[in-house]
Amino acid sequence: MNAPVEADEVLDTVGLYCPVPIIKTAERIRKMEAGRTLAILSDDRVILIDLPAWCRSTGHEYLGYRQESAEYRLFVRKTRASARTR
Amino acid sequence: MSEPSTRRPDRIRAIGLLSGGLDSTLAARVLLEQGLEVIGLHYSTGFCMNDHRRAMARPEEDPKRMRNEGLRAGADLGIPIEVLDAGEAYLKMVLNPKHGYGAKANPCIDCRIFMIHGAAGYMREHGGHFVFTGEVLGQRPMSQHMQALRLIEKECGIEGYLLRPLSAKHLPPTLPEQLGWVDREKLLGISGRSRKEQMAWSTTWGISDYPQPAGGCCYLADENFARRFHDKRLHTEPEQIRREEMILLKVGRHFRLSPRVKIIVARDQCENQFLSRFDLPGWRFEALDCGSPLTVVEGEPDEDLKILIASITARYSDRRHEPLVEVAARKDGVEERHLVPPVADQVLDRFRL
Ligand code: SF4
Repeated sequence: MNAPVEADEVLDTVGLYCPVPIIKTAERIRKMEAGRTLAILSDDRVILIDLPAWCRSTGHEYLGYRQESAEYRLFVRKTRASARTR
Repeated sequence: MSEPSTRRPDRIRAIGLLSGGLDSTLAARVLLEQGLEVIGLHYSTGFCMNDHRRAMARPEEDPKRMRNEGLRAGADLGIPIEVLDAGEAYLKMVLNPKHGYGAKANPCIDCRIFMIHGAAGYMREHGGHFVFTGEVLGQRPMSQHMQALRLIEKECGIEGYLLRPLSAKHLPPTLPEQLGWVDREKLLGISGRSRKEQMAWSTTWGISDYPQPAGGCCYLADENFARRFHDKRLHTEPEQIRREEMILLKVGRHFRLSPRVKIIVARDQCENQFLSRFDLPGWRFEALDCGSPLTVVEGEPDEDLKILIASITARYSDRRHEPLVEVAARKDGVEERHLVPPVADQVLDRFRL
């Protein structure tokens, strides 16, 4: 899957399991401005299912992921639709 | 408490508990059909089976059995989901539930009160108008009979503002119905344990991807877990029980050897790795020169118990058919060796939890 090379901010959740990475992602996104991109680092393979689902539910844009050995780097862009995200 | 405003707002915002099971999904869907704005709250209790499967990270596990069902349901419904960590307060409730346990270790009434109370707080903080759940009258023996539904609503302090869209027609009209925020006619009248009507609605609305069996994802309602849980409560002051100890109840084979000593024997490599990640203070046993489970000990065993623990560890090692197996016991940098025969299964069964 094509994923951007750069992100404006990075959130490291390696070693954490669901739902902590999603809770932390939501907290971080809440503080970001619309249009900015967050990279989430995780070694939990199921985040490849949960994060896109979270994006579909909240309206943020899921930009894909890159695998970096045992870790994943997933990208989310905060959208204006985030009126739906508290 | 300050109640939500009763003035007719431009947009009605309903705050619901969304486990991702069929009932909560349908409840949200019923309200979406009426054009309401719906926000789902998904509690992570620490007792969800999917979360544990994920933490075990078995390579062969189906990812569907590890995903977060609340997020999946929110995505399918197109509604925002807030994932909430129930945290220590939930554990405290689980260890000492005011309304007691169901048939297993499930404090369902207190659990509902905990979550609905949280949803009520969220509603006040975020300008919601009422709270809804997927509860179905008469579906569950402990928490969903009429009296329990009333009690839950009362104890949550949101009397009149708690809507159960699936059973609404069997229940007195709530304020959202009386105020015309919700059309009572379009709510459902489901009751009882049969899930036929829910199935029919799921077909109507094309909802097919939900976890099976219903309500089967909570460790507290699991028989094996419950045995270990109640054993833990019996032998440890509830105030002293930590969150990690609850996690350990989900892993391995458990044996109670004495009132003060219990062991956990890993069942496979994944569980070995899982247990070794925990910073546990007690002894650890491992058979030498072969594939061996990691055995962790809670409490301080005497010499006789150490021999028993070594022989149990040997029983589950790759050398279980040999007459004598060497087992290492380690703690705080000290190592002891025990040469023992693997224990007989009849002996073992006396201690099994
Ligand atoms: S089964 Fe578990 S999650 Fe469901 S109400 Fe009972 S205690 Fe709560």
